[in-house]
Amino acid sequence: MRRFFSLLWAKGAWVALFAAAFAACGFGGCGFGRQKDVRAVLAEPYPKRLSEWHLFRSTRDGLRPNAGVVPYDLNTPLFSDYASKHRFVWMPAGASAEYRDDGPLEFPVGTIFSKIFAFPREGGRGGERLIETRLLVHTAGGWVPLPYIWNKEEDEAFLRLVPDPVEIHFSDAAGRRRDFTYQIPNTNECHECHDNNKVLLPIGPKARNLNKTFAYDSGVENQIAHWTRIGYLRGAPAADAIPRVPKWDDPADSTLGDRAKAYLDNNCAHCHQPGGTAGYTGVDFRFTHFDLAHTGICKRPNSAGVMGDLEFDLVPGHPQQSILLYRMESVAPKVMMPQIGRDVVHEEGVGLIREWIASLGAQTCGVPTS
Amino acid sequence: MKNARAFLFACCLLGLVVIAGCKQSPEQIQKNLQERLISAKPGDVIELPAGKFHFDRTLSLTVDKVTLRGKGMDKTILSFAGQKEGAQGVLVKANDFIAEDFAVEDPAGDALTVQGGNNITIRRVRVEWTRGPNSGNGPYGIYPVECKNLLVEDNIARDAADAGIYVGQSENVVIRRNRSEYNVDGYEIENSENVDAYENVATHNTGGMGVFNLPNLPRQGGRKVRVFNNQIVDNNTANFAPKSLGPIHDLPTGTGIYVMAIKDVEAFGNKISGNGTVSVFLINYNTGVSPEGLAKTAESPITQTVFKPGDTRFYPYAQQIFFHDNDISGGGKSPDLRIDVIKAMAAALGGTLPDIQYDGVVDPAWPKKGDNPGQICLMNNGAATFLNFDAAGDMKHPITDIKKYGCMLPALDAVVIPQTLNAKAGGAGGTP
Repeated sequence: MRRFFSLLWAKGAWVALFAAAFAACGFGGCGFGRQKDVRAVLAEPYPKRLSEWHLFRSTRDGLRPNAGVVPYDLNTPLFSDYASKHRFVWMPAGASAEYRDDGPLEFPVGTIFSKIFAFPREGGRGGERLIETRLLVHTAGGWVPLPYIWNKEEDEAFLRLVPDPVEIHFSDAAGRRRDFTYQIPNTNECHECHDNNKVLLPIGPKARNLNKTFAYDSGVENQIAHWTRIGYLRGAPAADAIPRVPKWDDPADSTLGDRAKAYLDNNCAHCHQPGGTAGYTGVDFRFTHFDLAHTGICKRPNSAGVMGDLEFDLVPGHPQQSILLYRMESVAPKVMMPQIGRDVVHEEGVGLIREWIASLGAQTCGVPTS
Repeated sequence: MKNARAFLFACCLLGLVVIAGCKQSPEQIQKNLQERLISAKPGDVIELPAGKFHFDRTLSLTVDKVTLRGKGMDKTILSFAGQKEGAQGVLVKANDFIAEDFAVEDPAGDALTVQGGNNITIRRVRVEWTRGPNSGNGPYGIYPVECKNLLVEDNIARDAADAGIYVGQSENVVIRRNRSEYNVDGYEIENSENVDAYENVATHNTGGMGVFNLPNLPRQGGRKVRVFNNQIVDNNTANFAPKSLGPIHDLPTGTGIYVMAIKDVEAFGNKISGNGTVSVFLINYNTGVSPEGLAKTAESPITQTVFKPGDTRFYPYAQQIFFHDNDISGGGKSPDLRIDVIKAMAAALGGTLPDIQYDGVVDPAWPKKGDNPGQICLMNNGAATFLNFDAAGDMKHPITDIKKYGCMLPALDAVVIPQTLNAKAGGAGGTP
């Protein structure tokens, strides 16, 4: 167990990720102390400090997830301002999730998801600056979202129902400057994306998005198989019967159409599906229910605001006439999509959807206007 | 620093909650109020002090039985000018909510939205875009949708790019003593059932008031709407709705009241005057939405597959409409020639139009036959002039004799909601 996560740390920015915390606190010297069992708090009052959950522990190499806090990632994630997101799941002893073909897996009460949002450090010092860690805790009364915001020293994160925006400055690997104000959703805003029929649900951990390999300390393994093996998942079918979305940014992985569908699935479908916040629009972007007719082709918006002179959500063959792309290219409130959780344009995502719309057989929507 | 924090904390504990006397930065005020809304407990009254407070993102509330109360619609101003995040000003998804005595100014989108709540009261709230009519303003001012037992009273709404005061997909609604001006639509009562709208003023909008149903919305079958003792006067502000807002873009400038695609509407005691295109417009859905727009909507695959045209939940005809004892005058003197059907009528009639215009389109499956199969009843409406422009027959058989529509329909029942039953001072909103 000592080396459980060492491969993970060695592979990425992880070594440096928590170095500051270690340096500032010393070994076991602050909130993230030595080994303790994860403390699942399933009712108010919730811990004010992230360290009180014992999800992470301090080691000589920096902070690491505690035993049973399993890292995972997704084939195609939600874009979050170019933040890197480090995801973990923990379940109580003996509890396991039940497999679901569509939608999120059925997670047991007591499940804790944690997701660390980090950005590259300014000045090319390497490593990552910790901004926030969002917990999603499955209580008997349902899922509860808890945003923890890291302090400047990055040695503790504090529960904030209404987090302050954070100024972000860095240059990415390609040398592009990123300077923007990063808005962190408040706990009411969590519902905007996570609610379906007024019930808050996880979004990412669906079979199709988890169905990929991950470099565990124990070796490279498919995540569904790994979760099954460690007792976190039951009921998964044979590997070839598990759905999978492609990686949106890997042309070697799948076709343009399927990668676009994967992108729309994970960036839009949490609202744009029956029961979602934008279910009333009739647009359904779920990968598993994808039907070109339900993507807004030649559809006028239901109750949008100013959309330039554009009239239709999606005009096949004409990306620049499509409101879908127009809203992805905007960061203005009321115009932009998604409406929250994004402060900069996802240039590569826009590029993918533009290419996809252009690839669809050209159509004219409605009567040409004079 | 510690002292400052303690001071802020004390302010919050005092329950004057957020703002009063604390000399906080706009960021702190915004954050504290949002935190107060998130951590509110049922029964809380959140008092907002006098002052103008700036917010750059949506303020939201999801806790039931909360009252949000300011010191007056001109004293407590929540300004969203320069909003950075969120498509609404104030967004409420809760039951037993009361909003009173504050203003919401300049949000990016809708000003005060209440979604899916029972027992909702909105009173003495002002919503306004301070630059005046502009296509970039938010669509809706006061915007309760999918609510039950709803009271909207004594509010002021200005400059919305769709409707100043909108009530949609709701039931058991009272809209009274409001003032709505310089919006595209003054009032919209959409896909709603059991509605009383009375003693309201609509002036200097593009159109004064719309009572209608639209397809493609989850709740259908709006009906039983009473509109009485309102003043619908001089609504001639040029339509400034952006094209992307859909049918509202086609609302003729100078409309008084329009009744579209709905059954069981009773209007009486209203003063309807000085509206340049029409005083009272009685139309089915195809007349109300421009043929071009309709064709586009109809040919959209999503319309055809998700909301099938055969979806009998949407009833496109205006039938069983009773206008009586209204003071109707001076309509149609300067018709909006931008709209094809209006232009055609104006050309045929020498430039001006009558007060009451009816498209004459009747559901072919409607069992009532005879001279007035749609049961449009017009009685004692002063010297109002009339035209059935026979839209279904390409305007070949117009009828101008209002007496042919001199009939009566049974009076609709008054709407009863808990808020108006227990009308104690400041205590509406159900059981105390």
